[in-house]
Amino acid sequence: MKTTFIMHAAKEIQQTILANENTLESLDRAIGDGDHYINMKRGAQAIVDIETELAVLSPEAALNKIGLKLLSTIGGASGPLLASFFMSMGKALQSHEGESHLKIANAFAAGVQAIIQRGKANLGEKTMLDVLIPVSNQFLLLAQQNSDTALICKGLIETAELGMLATQDLIATKGRAAGLGERAIGHIDPGAKSCQLMITSVCNLILKS
Amino acid sequence: MKKFINHIDDILVESLSGFSTAHADLVSLHLDPAYIVRKNKAANKVVIISGGGSGHEPLHAGYIGYGMLDAACPGHVFTSPTPDQMLAAAEAAHANQGVLFIVKNYAGDVMNFEMAAEMLAFENATVYTSDDCAVVNSTYTTGRRGVAGTVIVEKCVGSLAETGANLNACKALGDKVNQRISSIGVALTSCTVPAASRPTFDISDTEIEMGVGIHGEPGRRREVMREADAIITDCVDAILADFKVKNLTLGENNEALLLINGFGATPLMELYLIYNVAAKLFKQHGINIARSLVGNYTTALDMAGASVTLCLLDDEIKQHWDSPVHTAALRWGC
Repeated sequence: MKTTFIMHAAKEIQQTILANENTLESLDRAIGDGDHYINMKRGAQAIVDIETELAVLSPEAALNKIGLKLLSTIGGASGPLLASFFMSMGKALQSHEGESHLKIANAFAAGVQAIIQRGKANLGEKTMLDVLIPVSNQFLLLAQQNSDTALICKGLIETAELGMLATQDLIATKGRAAGLGERAIGHIDPGAKSCQLMITSVCNLILKS
Repeated sequence: MKKFINHIDDILVESLSGFSTAHADLVSLHLDPAYIVRKNKAANKVVIISGGGSGHEPLHAGYIGYGMLDAACPGHVFTSPTPDQMLAAAEAAHANQGVLFIVKNYAGDVMNFEMAAEMLAFENATVYTSDDCAVVNSTYTTGRRGVAGTVIVEKCVGSLAETGANLNACKALGDKVNQRISSIGVALTSCTVPAASRPTFDISDTEIEMGVGIHGEPGRRREVMREADAIITDCVDAILADFKVKNLTLGENNEALLLINGFGATPLMELYLIYNVAAKLFKQHGINIARSLVGNYTTALDMAGASVTLCLLDDEIKQHWDSPVHTAALRWGC
């Protein structure tokens, strides 16, 4: 993974978030407090704004910097969670030599683990983890099977979509929707949706190049 | 949407600037990162810092001053502030006896304050407020939300800190007061987050949202609008049931503090009407309402509605509630 790729991905993610304003906002208005889109937009903009600072950094350092920037920009629950993801992913990349799918899959898994710890949440609680945990597991599996890049990307897009859709049938036990009980059923979790969108846009970027 | 706005991105800074200028005798504002700190810094005491999303004014900055908070960190509207704000606020306010954070129990606030607490070089502790009894099955969720009862916790802990009590004592009192409070809110309309520019939820003229949170997040259930007596009876019953669950006895000898809090768009006239109903009902249950507070103390932008909060008093809590306080939003005894 190169820093230039991280920057491309960041811009792609920003475009995806901007293009999904209505989706993210209406999902959060339904079971949250309506600010998820605004917060994600602010975070994405903050990363694009520090492009020149990031460009001179190693990929590991760039991911860490992205984490710190998100931590001081987004706020809410998404801020510390996404920050923990990128900071831990950067740290994990640093501690492994070489360049392989498995290395990146392991770093991704370390990031997801950090979210689990920070959010004290797990699979099935109607959160972003319902996308991230299956994607991380699938990523590790495909990397271990030495799958090629295209196969991995397609697999992850599919897994992210399934995870996101699955949140529709869940009762929320974490996050602001937790107060809703059964009324949360029938609504996709906005955090799961934004994670699915981000993963999909990065995978599509790789598939195109 | 009709609101007093110049530019949507500037509303928070403009509002904070107005607040700090209007109350320049009490507070000063720092930006990037944003925090508001008490003007006359205490020399040697536990520093009490709170914070949370904006839109709940006067919570929290309105409670900075003698006998209450030393600093507050305002986040964006309904969004938790970030750890850099809390670290900077703690650095500015620190008075050699450690820092106590008072945090409303929401995932975002908890995580951001937790990260700040981990990074902070000073001795620190955190009190989480969770007075909202609307969230049921809290064992399986992130837990109960912190709502208007937070004001009572901030008042009592702030009072104790002025006496020179140590960090553990302040934390213990905060936890104790929080445990003895139950709140429940009702919304008649939605609020509108300025940047979202439309109401957070749809609700018709004939409906109410029972158990609503202070961010316009849905509550227990959608109900048909009824007369005030019926709505407030349900609120009082929910609070009494919650005290039972908490194993706190409410009897003739027990004194309580009744707080009727407006969400931002309900006139004081109606808040006093609610008080009248709630006080009568609690008295019927043998509860002695020894202290009262009625007004807009923990708002939800422009939501119409109110919350009922009951705090079971004891001599210690009563003493700290009655002690002098001088802040923008609460002032008595000095």
